Amino acid sequence: MITLLDGLSLGAVYALIALGYTMVYGIAKMLNFAHGDIIMVGAYAILTTINACGNVWVGFAISVVVCTVMGVLIERLAYRPLRGASPLAVLITAIGVSYLLQGIAQLVFGARPHPISMPNLGMINIGSTRISVSTVVTLIVGAIIMAALTVFVKKTRTGRAMVAVSEDSGAAKLMGVSVNTIIMITFAIGSALAAFASLFYLMQIPTVEPTLGSMPGIKAFTAAVIGGIGSIPGAMIGGVLLGIIEKICQSIPAISPYTTAIEFSLLILILLVRPIGILGKKRREKV
Amino acid sequence: MSLAENFKKTFKIKNQINYIVIAVFLVVMAILSNGNMINRSTAGLLVRISYSIILAVSLNLVVGFLGELSLGHAGFMCVGAYIGCFCAEELNGIIDNRVLVLIIAMIIGGLSASVFGFIIGLPALRLKGDYLAIVTLAFGEIVRNVLKNLPMFGGAKGLATTHIQIPSKTLFIIGFITVLAVLFFIQNLIRSKHGRAITAIRDNEIAARAMGINVTFYKLFVFTVSAFFAGMAGVIYGHFTNPVMYSTFSYNYSIEILVMVVLGGMGSINGSIIAAALITYINFKLQSQLTGDLAALKLLIYAIILIVVVVFNNAPSLKPLKEKLSVKSLRKAILRRTKTDAIYDDDAAWNRIDTKIDMDEVVSTDIKPNDFSSPVEPEKGGKK
Repeated sequence: MITLLDGLSLGAVYALIALGYTMVYGIAKMLNFAHGDIIMVGAYAILTTINACGNVWVGFAISVVVCTVMGVLIERLAYRPLRGASPLAVLITAIGVSYLLQGIAQLVFGARPHPISMPNLGMINIGSTRISVSTVVTLIVGAIIMAALTVFVKKTRTGRAMVAVSEDSGAAKLMGVSVNTIIMITFAIGSALAAFASLFYLMQIPTVEPTLGSMPGIKAFTAAVIGGIGSIPGAMIGGVLLGIIEKICQSIPAISPYTTAIEFSLLILILLVRPIGILGKKRREKV
Repeated sequence: MSLAENFKKTFKIKNQINYIVIAVFLVVMAILSNGNMINRSTAGLLVRISYSIILAVSLNLVVGFLGELSLGHAGFMCVGAYIGCFCAEELNGIIDNRVLVLIIAMIIGGLSASVFGFIIGLPALRLKGDYLAIVTLAFGEIVRNVLKNLPMFGGAKGLATTHIQIPSKTLFIIGFITVLAVLFFIQNLIRSKHGRAITAIRDNEIAARAMGINVTFYKLFVFTVSAFFAGMAGVIYGHFTNPVMYSTFSYNYSIEILVMVVLGGMGSINGSIIAAALITYINFKLQSQLTGDLAALKLLIYAIILIVVVVFNNAPSLKPLKEKLSVKSLRKAILRRTKTDAIYDDDAAWNRIDTKIDMDEVVSTDIKPNDFSSPVEPEKGGKK
């Protein structure tokens, strides 16, 4: 039961990161390798403000701003020139951006992990089990964001323009949708979500280091694929599922060293058996 | 056709120049090392360069020629290094000659890596692009994670290769001979019918399939071959470094190989060779200087290489600039300057007229509501 709850709280963080991935992948059709590193940037923003003024929430607000600006900048400078180029080129550039962010963070803050003091939100009793408030908050916030994003995409003009771009960006352009603006907005939203993810990640693992984002980033991508990439509820389900699987594997001594291998094997298996994930939609490639 | 003519036709100096350069380099270095002219660390550098070249060239086969991104190349190398060196350690007692052991180990390591290459090639049949990149990345992590926890291979302490170490001065000669063999294989492959099939898949898979190319076969084939060579490189690495550590073969190492390929130019074998040598050399030189936080500079250099080279080569908006700076157009410009009186050529004048229509321009010209030149009020589209 404890394992399950642990898994749930880890999964909620994965789900938040996966939401960012799935937004960007679903609309811009590119795997933003730097997403994990934007989380790292957000974490450093929180760390710096906490050291300066001591308030986590100010830090969080600043990190949202920093991440959003960062996401838009990256899109503008690195990805937009490559619109229409081969996916391979975009992917390699994304890896380059990820390295760039890590390198800058390491130069500025050093490679050594910085401990960070996050507020302890305490524990509450639900039934007979004690569960930390941050887990509950993470899950609730994740669910709210998911709902809000779904409404945003389905009901607003901008959201529907996003769907249009994702389905056929050429046709969307002909219909008067400004594809560049829409993709920029998508990156802004995805990066703002990364700031949320960095807050909740730090609540669980309160240390900041330059490579903080890479592993959770890759795992969250796994989660997004499991849930069906491009699907908002799918990212949530995939994230929670992956978190629970990870904690269950870690709790069994015989297989705990192989946790990473199991998670990634799961990814390969899912991609082999059902590449569209749990909630994904099927697409046919046209000539 | 006489024999000489036939030979002239197949033997083009342009195509063979890299063998000659490497062979001459190897002979010179071998003579120098025989005469004790190069020290141990330089010989070590040469070993590193040799296996880096093998890695870069074999990754280029996947990235540059098949057009799929593999982020697990270090994983194949890891399999080769562990299994090959493990067998070499076992063989060491049976066979007396270390060089022979190395050659057998290279074949075993290569074969075992190629088995995994085949397995990774299977998802490649259904997936491409981003998904495949993630699968190869995941594969690299799985390999590392599993090998770390197998007590047979030394567990967290790494695989000890004490008994099979070969002095760098001998090893680099074997390394470069292997490089020549790999080059011979890959260059002949690329210039063959099969090589053209592989590049056809890269350029347009659906069209290639329609032309009757067996996409399944070629994808598996490329992944298997590429993994085989990576495994061989791993075995050379294992004979050079003791112990073989699983942590070396991380995602970062795969990216380092990718940086070599990108810097050298995707689809250019000679470029990969030069870039691999250059990056290995820079790494070697900076190893002692860049310690602690300054190691980040390496990350930054890699990042800048990846971003700048790829954006410059692929961005649609930079195409005119790229064409302006290309060797061909520079040569043309020089020729034009040296030519005193150009003969008026009607054909050329016709060709110079730019008949291309920029579709983006056409598409994005929309009518603004306040634009007085627009005759009709634009309709408000869509439901509110």
